Amino acid sequence: MNAPEPAIVAPNRITGETLLEVRAITLRFGGVEALKNISFDIMEGEIRAIIGPNGAGKSSMLNVISGFYHPQEGEVWFRGQRRAPLRPHQIARQGIARTFQNIALFKGMSTLDNIMTGRLTKMRRNMAWQALWKGPAEREEYEHREAVEKIIDFLEIQHIRKKPVGALPYGLQKRVELGRALAAEPNLLLLDEPMAGMNVEEKEDMSRFILDVNDEFGTTIALIEHDMGVVMDLSDRVVVLDYGRKIGDGPPDAVRQDQTVIDAYLGVAHE
Amino acid sequence: MGEIGLSDAAPEQARRAAMSATGEDSGVTAHSDGLDTFPRLLDHNAAHRGDRPASREKAFGIWQSWTWAAVREEVRALAMGLRDLGARPGDRVAIIGANRPHLYWAMVAAQSAGCVPVPVYQDSVADEIAYVLEHAGATLAVVEDQEQVDKVLSVRDRLPLLRHLVYVDPRGLRNYDHATLHAYHTVQAEGRAKAPLHEAEIARIVAAQRGDDTCVMLYTSGTTGKPKGVVLSNDNILMTSRASASFDGLRESDAILAYLPMAWVGDFIFSMGQAYVTGFCVCCPESAETMLADLREVGPTYFFAPPRIFETLLTTVMIRMEDASALKRRLFHHFIAHAKRVGPDLLDGRPVGFLDRLWWRVGAALVYGPLKNTLGMSRIRVGYTAGEAIGPEIFQFYRALGVNLKQLYGQTEASVFITQQPDGAVRADTVGVPSPGVEVRIGPNGEVYYRSPGVFVEYYKNAEATAETKDAEGWVATGDAGFFEEATGHLRIIDRAKDVGRLRSGALFAPKYVENKLKFYPDIKEVVSFGHDRDAVTAFVNIDLDSVGAWAERNNIGYASYQELAAHPLVYAKIQAQIEEANRSIACDPMLAGCQVKRFLILHKELDPDDGEMTRTMKVRRRIIAERYGALIEALNSDAAEVFADIAVTYEDGRTGRIAATLEIRDAAVVAVTPAQGVAA
Repeated sequence: MNAPEPAIVAPNRITGETLLEVRAITLRFGGVEALKNISFDIMEGEIRAIIGPNGAGKSSMLNVISGFYHPQEGEVWFRGQRRAPLRPHQIARQGIARTFQNIALFKGMSTLDNIMTGRLTKMRRNMAWQALWKGPAEREEYEHREAVEKIIDFLEIQHIRKKPVGALPYGLQKRVELGRALAAEPNLLLLDEPMAGMNVEEKEDMSRFILDVNDEFGTTIALIEHDMGVVMDLSDRVVVLDYGRKIGDGPPDAVRQDQTVIDAYLGVAHE
Repeated sequence: MGEIGLSDAAPEQARRAAMSATGEDSGVTAHSDGLDTFPRLLDHNAAHRGDRPASREKAFGIWQSWTWAAVREEVRALAMGLRDLGARPGDRVAIIGANRPHLYWAMVAAQSAGCVPVPVYQDSVADEIAYVLEHAGATLAVVEDQEQVDKVLSVRDRLPLLRHLVYVDPRGLRNYDHATLHAYHTVQAEGRAKAPLHEAEIARIVAAQRGDDTCVMLYTSGTTGKPKGVVLSNDNILMTSRASASFDGLRESDAILAYLPMAWVGDFIFSMGQAYVTGFCVCCPESAETMLADLREVGPTYFFAPPRIFETLLTTVMIRMEDASALKRRLFHHFIAHAKRVGPDLLDGRPVGFLDRLWWRVGAALVYGPLKNTLGMSRIRVGYTAGEAIGPEIFQFYRALGVNLKQLYGQTEASVFITQQPDGAVRADTVGVPSPGVEVRIGPNGEVYYRSPGVFVEYYKNAEATAETKDAEGWVATGDAGFFEEATGHLRIIDRAKDVGRLRSGALFAPKYVENKLKFYPDIKEVVSFGHDRDAVTAFVNIDLDSVGAWAERNNIGYASYQELAAHPLVYAKIQAQIEEANRSIACDPMLAGCQVKRFLILHKELDPDDGEMTRTMKVRRRIIAERYGALIEALNSDAAEVFADIAVTYEDGRTGRIAATLEIRDAAVVAVTPAQGVAA
């Protein structure tokens, strides 16, 4: 289409404040160095992509941020404070939520219930109250259900609200997983290959949802993605990894023209 | 394709030219009470049934309701807001989006401000929207969401008259330039804030409106050429709504599900006209995908659906029954067979034996009741289907269950109703008797003409087309060929008058008649047949992916795509058997026996409105198909056993591509009728 672009006011969602920073991270598995001296930052409100060929250390990096891996060297700074090694659920309570490369949903449960599990960190009443399901626990459940329904509406998955997720097509399962991450109302959302295995139409839908999440809720997003076209369209800044080293960092256009990056990755990919 | 009147083809029918019929006059009365516009009806409903539900919408998983009093407040606030944006009497206001209470209110709000609402099909591409908005000269548009806003903005340079755009759903629009873009609720808030400025003026406009003022402009989907703007007056819509509501005894406790396009005249009559006249509740589904679940939750008492929906529902039921346990399957088939035998008689009040009655009750408890509940049809008092012919099997299935499904025949130009079936006289192959207040006659060439209070005012800015369609006495040509059954007085429609043609042998060829026979098979989704000026009838077939796919799965036939399944030899064999069965049935009607399909192919892509092959209401556009698939039609009429097809396609996002394949052509056995007709195999 050659129609003129709709007039869109430049977004002022990026505040310029650093939300999370990794400093000189080195991660080893036995003798293998998965990450070597990696440093970069994620600014509040931006969409930050981590790209690189297979085995470059992208997922390891995400796992360090989400607290699943503890690096041997280096520091993670979150909201201006150095983060002590934490368990993943503690990190979740700090406002970091994620999706997984291989979908990790409860296959026998409905879409609604799966997203509801994302509210776990927000539940105030203990299990005894929940089991009793009277008074405050009941009121609380209504609040959570409302939050979940808003996500269902946002992601346009009303029609699968009560379907078991195991029976859903792949693209929809990915959307449900995004929904569960959103249910935690995160400040930082980590997406591990949100568009892997999708067709063009599903990719476009998912891109729109990612942009809308960022736009509507002001959520900072860090994502790993293979599809270069998608990454370049979506992200504000890109980190490029290769064999555990950082070889590029900057806006998509700059990264695209960086000779090191082209040599390592883009130039030899498929052309 | 030339204009082929039925006069050459069926002289016998020409002799019936004088025959005509008129519907009862009951129900069509002038509005002595002054309730002849939507804004005044809204005031009346707010005053007399203010606490009854008027609109419902499922949002965030819960049904939200608005009473008539609440709707009046919403409409008034928006009307004042639109006035504040510069809407003035006579302006056209485009409404684009799926069925939402807010968009229905916007139509009445526009009317309250003296404007004419112009609903537009929500799945139109930007270019189609540009045409309608430009032609109507719309100055304002009220749209549903970002998708529609993007479409309108992308063609904004073609719409110099369009001043403001109002959207209902703010999602994704936060960073758009809001100089001429407004949120629905802010327009309402602005309207409320400036009430002193606009209230009196709106009251004056509403009081001054008359029955013959324009109520709405509806663009016909147009099987040929560009869409035409049909201008309908308040009297057209409201007199027709009153008459049809009393014909079926509609009342304020009724409920309907509004899910068909708002730009379609039927939705305007059902969800606006009849709702405002009788005060019943209009429920909007959560999204297009949840329609069937919402149908079940709403349990409408009055329901309209095109045959396609009834077909889809039945196919779903049948596929699920195939997968059910043996006991359930036997129970289902036994009781459905019983229902088919006695159900329609019970529904029409004809005598049925005591034991049959008793057994029907057992069936109702075990099968019919639960099935109707699953389909959302437990409460239906009046159900209608129209638009296309419905398969007798499908039609009888629902009637057998006790669903009062009837047929009607209508047009945008008639404000829907031309003929409809009264309770107790319902059949699959007729479209009923003339509706109250409608006169129908058959022209010398077999074409159906009508005259009624619902007859449209004009085609907007197209006096020539108006004159071609409507004569000085108000008779409107339908473009359909049909005849009245002498015994019952019911009208039967055979085809579009201009589509009826002749084979080279001279035999009559009615493409729609052939296609409908074939489309009654669940495996066949769409058929396009060719035969005019040809030696034999040939056809393109589109398979139904759900039905054939389920069959393939049960029979371990692997396929990766629609294209692969469509080309599978076993699928070809299955379709061939169905065509040959249809041929035997066509051969029974001596007048149309020449219409048997001699050669066919299965298309490798579905016919699609995005490619212009079908209208937005899913009717095939013969001329465009004949142009796009010319080479395939020639191959069908040769001896070739296969043909290479390379077709340009448009994807939903507007990009284009090509789909190429080599398609097999098969011969189907035809029944020899008389050698003279030259169609015997």
